[in-house]
Amino acid sequence: MGKRVGMEVAIASAEAAALCRFDVAAVYPITPQSHVAEHLSDIVNDGRVDASFITVESEHSALSAAIGSEATGARTVTATSSQGLLYMSEILPIASAMRLPIVMIIANRAVSGPINIWNDHSDIMPMRDTGWISFFADNGQEVVDMTIQAFKVGEDRRVMLPVNVNMDGFQLTHMVEPIIMPDQEEVDRFLPAYIPFATLHPDKVVSMGTLGMPEIYAEAQKSKDVAIVNSIKVVKEVWKEWEAQFGRKYEPVQSYRTEDADVALVTMGSMGETAEIAVDELRKQGVKAGLLKIKLWRPFPFDDLKKAVKGIRVLAVTDRAISFGGPGGPVFSEIRSALYDVPKRPKIVNYIIGLGGRDVQVENFMDMVRRAAKGKLSEPYEIYGVRG
Amino acid sequence: MTEKKWPETWQEVNPGCMVFRPGSASEYHTGSWRAKRPIWENEKCIKCGVCYIYCPEGCVTENTDGFFEANLDYCKGCGICAHECWPAAIKMVNEED
Amino acid sequence: MNTATKNPKSIIENFDLYAPKLVSKEEFFVGGHRACQGCGESLAIRLMCKALGKDTVITNATGCMEVISSLYPTTAWKLPWIHVAFPNSAAVGSGVEAGLRALRSKGKIADRRIKSVAIGGDGGTMDIGFQALSGAMERCHDMLYVCFDNEAYMNTGIQRSSGTPFLASTTTAPAGKKIPGNQVWKKNLPEIMVAHNVAYVATATPSYPIDFMNKVKKARSVKGPSYIHCFVSCPTGWRSTSETCIKLGRLALETGLFPLYEVEDGKYRLTVEIPEKRRPIQDYLKGQGRFRHLTPDQIQVIQERIDIEWETLMIKVKNSKSKEELRAQRTR
Repeated sequence: MGKRVGMEVAIASAEAAALCRFDVAAVYPITPQSHVAEHLSDIVNDGRVDASFITVESEHSALSAAIGSEATGARTVTATSSQGLLYMSEILPIASAMRLPIVMIIANRAVSGPINIWNDHSDIMPMRDTGWISFFADNGQEVVDMTIQAFKVGEDRRVMLPVNVNMDGFQLTHMVEPIIMPDQEEVDRFLPAYIPFATLHPDKVVSMGTLGMPEIYAEAQKSKDVAIVNSIKVVKEVWKEWEAQFGRKYEPVQSYRTEDADVALVTMGSMGETAEIAVDELRKQGVKAGLLKIKLWRPFPFDDLKKAVKGIRVLAVTDRAISFGGPGGPVFSEIRSALYDVPKRPKIVNYIIGLGGRDVQVENFMDMVRRAAKGKLSEPYEIYGVRG
Repeated sequence: MTEKKWPETWQEVNPGCMVFRPGSASEYHTGSWRAKRPIWENEKCIKCGVCYIYCPEGCVTENTDGFFEANLDYCKGCGICAHECWPAAIKMVNEED
Repeated sequence: MNTATKNPKSIIENFDLYAPKLVSKEEFFVGGHRACQGCGESLAIRLMCKALGKDTVITNATGCMEVISSLYPTTAWKLPWIHVAFPNSAAVGSGVEAGLRALRSKGKIADRRIKSVAIGGDGGTMDIGFQALSGAMERCHDMLYVCFDNEAYMNTGIQRSSGTPFLASTTTAPAGKKIPGNQVWKKNLPEIMVAHNVAYVATATPSYPIDFMNKVKKARSVKGPSYIHCFVSCPTGWRSTSETCIKLGRLALETGLFPLYEVEDGKYRLTVEIPEKRRPIQDYLKGQGRFRHLTPDQIQVIQERIDIEWETLMIKVKNSKSKEELRAQRTR
């Protein structure tokens, strides 16, 4: 039935990985992910999970070692943030191209420069083209649930792709939240043992990571693209199964009070919870506000988004990262592109919020909604609250 | 020289571009690269096997009589076998001859 | 022209002469691979695989060997093989080792020792791969790392590496009008591995194939990290002829430039003896276009350096004691 505990979310994510009976963890510490690395090593060294913990010497080696171990058929987990994610970024597309279902827990943190250890999404945004499935968690419960779901989705023979679970650094990682930790027996029922498609073993010899000449490279990329696009079916299946077994519902785009919304905020990550309160406050004041929370970032949930925005006049998309010299925030530009062909579509404005851990409060969200009602801001995208 | 066989469609490309046919590189005959080929003079051969061990292609094999010969499908004509042969029993001759 | 007529005495002294007939005939790295004619590295790989046997997983860094052997949809490998990227062969190999170890201990795979062997060139080991190598060796994975050192980044076009010898001409440190080639001495990676307390460190070259294969077998049996530095010639990059591939490795040994030794538990031992009077380095340099620009004075400088490094190694060979011996001495 699960046990309701108060637990620091970073620790809870490691506990969730432990429930999945991982075989190998290869992790390099970086603030604010360190507690994930530390707790995974506690779990291994206490013998709670029969696994190896590799104290790699860098993030690049962390993901490299994770590939090596996943390729032997071992269920492997890793975790990182910010600069670490960027350091290993050369390996990310290789992990997905090699179709290895590694699970990576990311404590989202701002990317240098200037160096900043606090929360925003500038680390994960540059990785959207790498072919990894991406979940975004709003709270500690979702972090735990999504970590377990990630193994099931990635290892599904129809998917065979790595998955990252994104949780906001400090805002989530270092918060003690009420979480229902599933029982080992429940997780064992939900997540069976990993049966790999191919492994590095002398009994069935395979070469992995071969050279792709121009004659086949495009075909290889098409194969990967089809895999990730089709994986949304599996994600929804797994989420349905989760709801049936654990009672908690997950959707790629979760709507909050949008049935008759005029202006809707769009959030990804823990800010969604603050935005919910802002929507409630606005509603009390008679403003028809709503909220869309994106839980599945990759593969992008085109159909779910189109359904969710029906009837909404203005979308106020909040981004926690900028695409410098580009069309504003990544979430904003992707939503705009996704809705381009829809004849009746909302106006879309872009607020870039909470960069480098800057707090965003209920009043700020309420202000964003009020100003978005015009359907247009004074600039293509606004870095909310920037002084000067 | 065998022609390369590329997968016709993306559906035929193995996941991860994995290759499940160990040693399939042998479908490609590097022998066409050769400008010279090794000829063994068995009267001089002392059957030591040095030519076999030093061939980077692994194409020199021992026949039933215990003498050696190169598999001309793969021999690139590098000349290592002739150069290392102790009793100078191997000669490199031009392909055109 | 061959070495037999040059060194008639060695025919009798060379016990290895008939040893090739005792070597396993099974090939794990097959012909059809796209290496250059006379590629020393591909020969070394072929021999290494014979010595390792089938219960091995190879992790290969990006480089010549990976590119010429694994053109999708074919592969020259008959061993399980993985390539990921350039700097991480040792890291991936350590992951393979940890994965196999975890699976074996949990009974998910057969209870049989499968050795993780990571390989890379001098670039992928000594430069861009150095961090991963250091980490993997320091963590004491049950893993063998073999560096195939042809003294430059050959696959990308013969650029200078930390393995490039003094004054060698490479495409990024060329013998120009002002600066005559590489201006620093070769990095001594075997010594660095000894300093990592790697239980078994050895130098090797395919020119001495039985010595190399014996070392590979020994390294395979070590329960912990082991390292072999394999010196291989590259006719393309060294501007030498394809048939002198083996001869150059032999000359490297006979001049004392690349001695073949092993360090077991801290004790140094030469595995192939060299006559007291080593051959002059000029004999080795003259067959290679990359040294074509050298003046007699420059060759003298190189000769002196080799003499000093040789003596340094000999001091270690004479005086080093294994940790086992030192421990035994203390208890007496």
